[in-house]
Order: sequence, then structure tokens, then C-alpha cells
Amino acid sequence: MFRTSARNWGEFFIVALVRVMGFSTIGFVLLIFLFLLREGLPAFWETSLDNFFGTRWYPTLGFYGTLPLLLGSVVVTLNAIVIALPLGVGTAVFVREVAPGWAREILKPLIEVLAGIPSVVLGFFGMTVLAPLVREVLGMPTGLTAFTGALVLAYMSLPTIISVAEDALDAVPKSYRDAALAMGATRWQTIWRVVVPAARSGIVTAVMLGLGRAIGETMAVMMVTGNAARMPLSWDALFRPVRTMTATIAAEMGEVAQGSTHYHVLFAIGILLFVVTFFINLSVALTLFRRQRRGGLR
Amino acid sequence: MGKRCWPGRPRLPSRTFPALFLALLLPAALLSACGERPPTTTPQPAGRTIVIKGSDTLVNLALAWAEAYMQLHPEVRISVSGGGSGTGIAALINGTVDIANASREIKEEERAAAQANGISPQEYVVAYDAIAIVVHPSNPVDGLTLQQISDIYTGRITNWRQVGGEDRPIVLLSRESNSGTYVYFLEHVVRLGKKDSDLLFSPDALLMPSSEGISTEVRQNPNAIGYDGLGYVTPDQKVLAVAREEGAPYVLPSPETVKDGTYPIARPLYMYTAGQPDEEIRAYLDWILNEGQALVTELGFVPLR
Repeated sequence: MFRTSARNWGEFFIVALVRVMGFSTIGFVLLIFLFLLREGLPAFWETSLDNFFGTRWYPTLGFYGTLPLLLGSVVVTLNAIVIALPLGVGTAVFVREVAPGWAREILKPLIEVLAGIPSVVLGFFGMTVLAPLVREVLGMPTGLTAFTGALVLAYMSLPTIISVAEDALDAVPKSYRDAALAMGATRWQTIWRVVVPAARSGIVTAVMLGLGRAIGETMAVMMVTGNAARMPLSWDALFRPVRTMTATIAAEMGEVAQGSTHYHVLFAIGILLFVVTFFINLSVALTLFRRQRRGGLR
Repeated sequence: MGKRCWPGRPRLPSRTFPALFLALLLPAALLSACGERPPTTTPQPAGRTIVIKGSDTLVNLALAWAEAYMQLHPEVRISVSGGGSGTGIAALINGTVDIANASREIKEEERAAAQANGISPQEYVVAYDAIAIVVHPSNPVDGLTLQQISDIYTGRITNWRQVGGEDRPIVLLSRESNSGTYVYFLEHVVRLGKKDSDLLFSPDALLMPSSEGISTEVRQNPNAIGYDGLGYVTPDQKVLAVAREEGAPYVLPSPETVKDGTYPIARPLYMYTAGQPDEEIRAYLDWILNEGQALVTELGFVPLR
């Protein structure tokens, strides 16, 4: 039954290659996670849990409290999304539903250019332009605050949010719009009550992708948030300096002695970050899955 | 030809794919498990290349020395890298460098670890560095005592009014915690040199990843106070005079005041060799301690004499 022709072997190798490539993605993620665990887990028995989840981060003096860093990341990222969500979805709706054809042709490539701006450049812009502005306008002691970081991050996650949300709006069948307009709905009612809800799951994905981009961003955040490891719990915490997990790893990994407790703790922060992003992605996947199962609109 | 006419789809049992996949991954997993440390360079045979590593404060000066020396002695090759005082000393202990640059003295534990590896580090003071306290040019405060600086950085003084300035909050700027300058400032200024003190930087202190970060913020923000090596201070920042204690004279940092010991926040910069230096390294150090001192002032540090 088998004729071992050259073509047959060719097929075999191509199929095998494609499969190996597909599986290797999973393999690499697993390997990275294993590496993180191997380097980071010792932190948990080298420091007490009390210390590790404490509120004081003075790594050169034996205080490894990661709580301010975790909360710092949360404050910056959540506020970035709060700023970026209305802007991003609004822009997507404008580009897809409102703008005339010629404007769309100009806007779409411009938005893609936004995505290509290196984060260091945005960080530098934030440090020299945005920070003094935030300080003067809001009357804060310093412009290097969580809010400045959130502004820069919002700007960075906008292109992702806009393009994915726009694709989602694009996927809404024309018949929905026609039906709504035929029922006597105004254009605004059509967009707000029909098109946007129909594209809901795509918009949620867009926001979550933006969130993923924001929480992992390092360079720009390190340059504009001030990196003070204080607990962001007071009412004005948003307008005070914070230190994020990513900035801590980036700033300290370069000079830490390999194999020291500090080194292991930095990897343990990496594990924390990995776990947080994993749960964000998982919750998105779950909500989308449930909605589709219920036969919701896509 | 449609898909159905394939002369026989490869009937490889699908179970072999996970096996294949594992076989490919296994070496990678083993490699990552065995690769405890990145491969380290073995020390070059003496006389060919002198490998120097360590303090970021010292790295520019060390590079300038190396370049000048290699022009005079083309047969000697010198490689210089930064990474921080701790990194340089760790490399010295592991025997991967000939000279470690340090902006702080070697610690007892580090010396013991080196002895255990059969290396006895030799200390050479190669230059002095003053740490300048800088503020925004518009700040009316001209001088502070060490005690006031300590109180500012621990968060006990939070308004410029308390030290004779305008009614403005104080924004603390500091270098990152792994910098030798941070460690020196903590021990000699925040803790005022007291060994039993457990004072810490206020958690509100902004840790700037670079000297540039400090100078940018000081230039822009009238509330800010920062510290950095004198060599890194740009003319658009205002340098404060420092008094050792209440009633003592306020002294501005300069090569003269560092040399005569009147400016209180100055430190020696070190080079450590792995054991007694051989011919080549001794010649290089001799050159640094004599002719090389001319370069020290150019880079904003203070020469030995």
C-alpha cells in the first residue's frame, strides 16, 4: 500500500516540521516557566514569606517585601486601561463607523505607526515633557508619578486596542446595521446599542491584549514612575511615585550577584508577573468561552 | 488532483509525534539544567590582556586610563567593563579578572571568600571622588549640615521651609540600591557613619536608574534634591555646600576641599588585584598612580596628589 516515493517523504517531512514548530511554542513557554521556577523558587526558602510579602523593599539590606511592587504594577496598569479603554474603543468606532472613507484611509496607517514607536522614545518623552506638565498642572511635588506612567502606558496600548476593536466592529454583519436603521434607530443608537454590543467579545479581547501589553512594559515605566517602593495605599497614591515589578527586575538584575538571595527574589518577582498575566489571559479566555457557549453574538 | 488522490498519506502513527517532540526538547531541558552559570572567560595568560571589571562610577576613568596606556604600550591589551563594585569583586573572587574596580572598600566576607579561593586581594587607592548634593538652580538654600541631609533622606524633614528654603515639599532622588554610591551615601550620610545605626532611605525616595535620570529631574523640578559623583554634575544644577555639623563651615565640593579633607562626603576609589600583581599589571598600576593622575581631573574626579 505504501509507495515510498520522493513526494511521500517530502510530505512527511513538511508535516513533521510544521508540527514540531507548532509544538515547540508550547515547549518554549514550558521551558521558560521551568527556568523561572528553578531560579526563583529558592527565594521562598531563603527569605521568610513574611519578608517576601512584606511592605519594605530594600534588597541590599535584606528586606525583600514585594507587596509595594505588586501594588505598584496594579495601580499603573489598571489606570492605564481606564484611560485607554474609552479612547481606544471611541477611536475604533470613529474609524470604522463614522469617519468617511478617505479619513479612514489616513487614520488606519497612522494608528499602525503609533504601534511602532519604541518604548524608550515614549519614556524619554514622558520624562522630559509629560512629567513637568503633570507636576505643574496638578501641583504635585514631582511629575514622576504612577499617573504619568499610566498616561504613557495608555498611549502605548492604544494601537493594540484600536486595531483589535476595529477588527471586531468590522466583523459585525452589515445586516445588523441595516436592520437597526430600518427599525428607525438613529446612527448613534445603531452604533451604541447594536454594533458595539455585538462586537463585545472582540472588544474585551482588545482590552485584555492592551492590558497584557501594559503590565509587561518596562522601559517607559521605569523612566517615568519614579521607582519609589512605597505602598500605594493613600488616596493620592495615583499621583505619587510607584515602583513596578518590571522596572525593579530591569533596574536590579544587571548588577545583582548571581545565585544570591536578591537574584532569586528577582526571579520570584518574575514568577509573580508570569502568574498575574496568566490569570488575566485565563479569565479572558473563560469569559469569551462562556459567552460563545451561550450562543452570544460574535 | 484532489486531496483524496494522494498516493498514500504518511501514516505515521500520531503517537510518535509527542515522542519526537520530547526527544527534541530533552537536550534543551538538560542544557538549561546543567548550565548553572554562564560560561566564564578563563584568565588570560599574564602579559597579553589585562581584564578589568567593576564600579560604574570608575568605569569612565578606567577606560580613559586604558586607552592612554595602550597608546603608550601597544603590546599590552586592556579590557574594561562596568557592572558595579560588587560585580567586579565577585569576578575577582572567581578569578575571572585581573583587576576589580570598586567605589567602596572590599567587605570582610568578600575578602574571606577570596582567601578560600586562594586569592588575596591587594588594595590600591587610585583616585578620590566627592559626592555632590544637587538641587534646582532656583532653590534659595545654599548649604546643609550632614545631620539635615540625613533627616531629609530618612523622611524626617519633608519641607524646604524646615531648612531655610521656600514652602515646598522635598522630592528625594537617589541612585538605584545596587550602586556603590547608594551604599556609600547610606552608610556615611544617612547613617552618619554610625555602624550600629539602622536608619534607611525613606520609601518615598525616587530611585533613578541613571545619573542622567537624576540630573534631568533636578534640572526640571524646583522641589528636588539629589546626590551623585562630582564628575557627573552638570552646570545647570546647583551644588550645595555641606557642613560637617551645626556651626562648622559650609564647604563646596572641589578637588582642593576634597584633598584637604574639609568637604565631608568624599571617598577613595579602589582597584583590587588578584594577589601580588605580576610585571605587566604592576607597571600599569605604577603608571596610573603617577602619570595617569593627570587624566583624573579631566574626568571630574580628584587626583591623589
